[in-house]
Amino acid sequence: MDLTNDDVEEIVRLLDSSFYDELRLKTANFELRLRRSGSGWTEEKTSLSTPNLLDAPATAAAPAAVKPSEDVEGLTSIRAPMVGTFYRAPKPGAPAFVEVGAEVTEDTVIGIIETMKLMNSASAGASGKIVEILAANGEIVEAGQVLMRLEKSAA
Amino acid sequence: MTLRRVFIANRGEIAVRIIRTCHKLGLISILGASEADLNSTAAKLADEVVRIGPARSSESYLNIEAVIEAALRAKADAIHPGYGFLSENAKFANAVRSRGLIFTGPTEANLEAVGDKLKARGHAEDAGLPLAPGGSISNPTDARALAAKIGFPLLVKAVGGGGGRGLKRIDAMSQLDATVDLAIAEANAAFGDPRVYLERFVASGRHVEAQIIGDGETVLDVGLRDCSVQRRYQKLIEEAPAPGIPAAVEARIRQAAVAFGRHLGYFGLGTVEFLYDRQSHEFYFLEMNARIQVEHPVTEAISGLDLVEEQLALAEHGKLRLSQSDIRLRGHAIECRLNAEDWTRDFRPSPGTVTRALFPAGPGIRVDTHIENGASIPPFYDSLMAKIIVTGADRAEAVARLLSAMRQIEIEGVATNRDLHIALLTNSDFAAGAVDTAYLAQFLEARAKP
Repeated sequence: MDLTNDDVEEIVRLLDSSFYDELRLKTANFELRLRRSGSGWTEEKTSLSTPNLLDAPATAAAPAAVKPSEDVEGLTSIRAPMVGTFYRAPKPGAPAFVEVGAEVTEDTVIGIIETMKLMNSASAGASGKIVEILAANGEIVEAGQVLMRLEKSAA
Repeated sequence: MTLRRVFIANRGEIAVRIIRTCHKLGLISILGASEADLNSTAAKLADEVVRIGPARSSESYLNIEAVIEAALRAKADAIHPGYGFLSENAKFANAVRSRGLIFTGPTEANLEAVGDKLKARGHAEDAGLPLAPGGSISNPTDARALAAKIGFPLLVKAVGGGGGRGLKRIDAMSQLDATVDLAIAEANAAFGDPRVYLERFVASGRHVEAQIIGDGETVLDVGLRDCSVQRRYQKLIEEAPAPGIPAAVEARIRQAAVAFGRHLGYFGLGTVEFLYDRQSHEFYFLEMNARIQVEHPVTEAISGLDLVEEQLALAEHGKLRLSQSDIRLRGHAIECRLNAEDWTRDFRPSPGTVTRALFPAGPGIRVDTHIENGASIPPFYDSLMAKIIVTGADRAEAVARLLSAMRQIEIEGVATNRDLHIALLTNSDFAAGAVDTAYLAQFLEARAKP
């Protein structure tokens, strides 16, 4: 069982008229820390119970594919600006923003990263030719992961 | 049918919220969780957890078959869909019921009546609700004639849109053809429905909404909320009651919402949204949301009701157990939505792990959250971390209490919009009350200026 907001409110009411500044409560299910802060109180909580999963534990998930993060000499890495789902085209079925061999400039959009229901465009960041595409359409990418590599055009 | 096992087809704070009411009522809560949420706060609090699919919503929370299959596997009696995801999907409601489960929500007919914005507009008209001048268009000649009648600026809206999506402003006849064409193309791509309609643009409008609950025959009025503090149609601060509306007008808005519910034979909890013209005090029907709303706690705070409990009681018995005289509204409540986003960098999303979470506690303060020490905020879902709801005897007391409550919040590990809330709560226009929907954009613009 968990404490409700009403329970916490009641405890704070009791504490408030006491000379105590802090209460720590630990049960098998949670740890609660209430602290006096200025004229009010703060609550810090950690659930300690383990989810009661009815299904059999997941079949050992395939080891996560290694996300490319290293630079390659002579090439410029285009990295994901944030974690999210990477899309190579503006919408399903549409042609990809860029393919290997495409000439791009700094501002050329090379893909979209969907994070928290928002679409963010990712740009090349440098001028040159795309020589390698590492992230697949629909792949979940980490911030900083190398999405593509390009060969810089001579300045 | 007796309700014993409730399957929650949602995540985040609303899943935690529904689990709490299940606990209170002695019902068994079963959480349907995606792979990304198997170790979430909701999963720890639920009596039982079943897996519904991969992290991506389209393969889990939005997958009708996967959700129903998981609920059947867990031997649930009912499904509570929360908000968002499948909550207003008539096909889902129908599939749930045809498999012998209770759907905690409106009838399919209700969902269909309000899911299509043009149909909803037609129903509102039949029920005698005021509508912003406008209507559907089928060809460019039609559109020009209608636009001339409405006047500029006006809005072109997608029939399949809603919640601010699929909406464009047109300032002059010269923009009409091209903007309508673009709107049709976008509506088709985004909603699979190319239909659009035109509507008058109200220069200084407030977003005011009425909470109703019905059982198909009786429809009860649970008061108004104001949700005008929005950015790109995403609500940030909500309050109840809606401040600064003449009592007679408020009564008419609430009556209109009940009339709409009666006209639909509405079953369940619903919100009728209105655009309220600050200058003329006129109001227009916008749309109806056929589900529990994110901002429902402000209504709970001033009514003393547990709206999830009412939803479950209605689902179980098919009849309202309240009457209008049981609903008494008192005090003023305001809610701030704490989001994982960096508002100083164009509201950039900030998923990650919360290493420390300190929330306010005490009299008049309620925090609905799924965030605690160590909680993770996956990149797959929305950025809502917590709702801080305070109640005061009046609005001024509520604002003061909310300000000190927001200042108590300390979140480490991800960026939040806490300081934006603090800035708004100390802003004199907000303190005066009754701001319009353009307020937040103007506030941010003014701050950005050197």
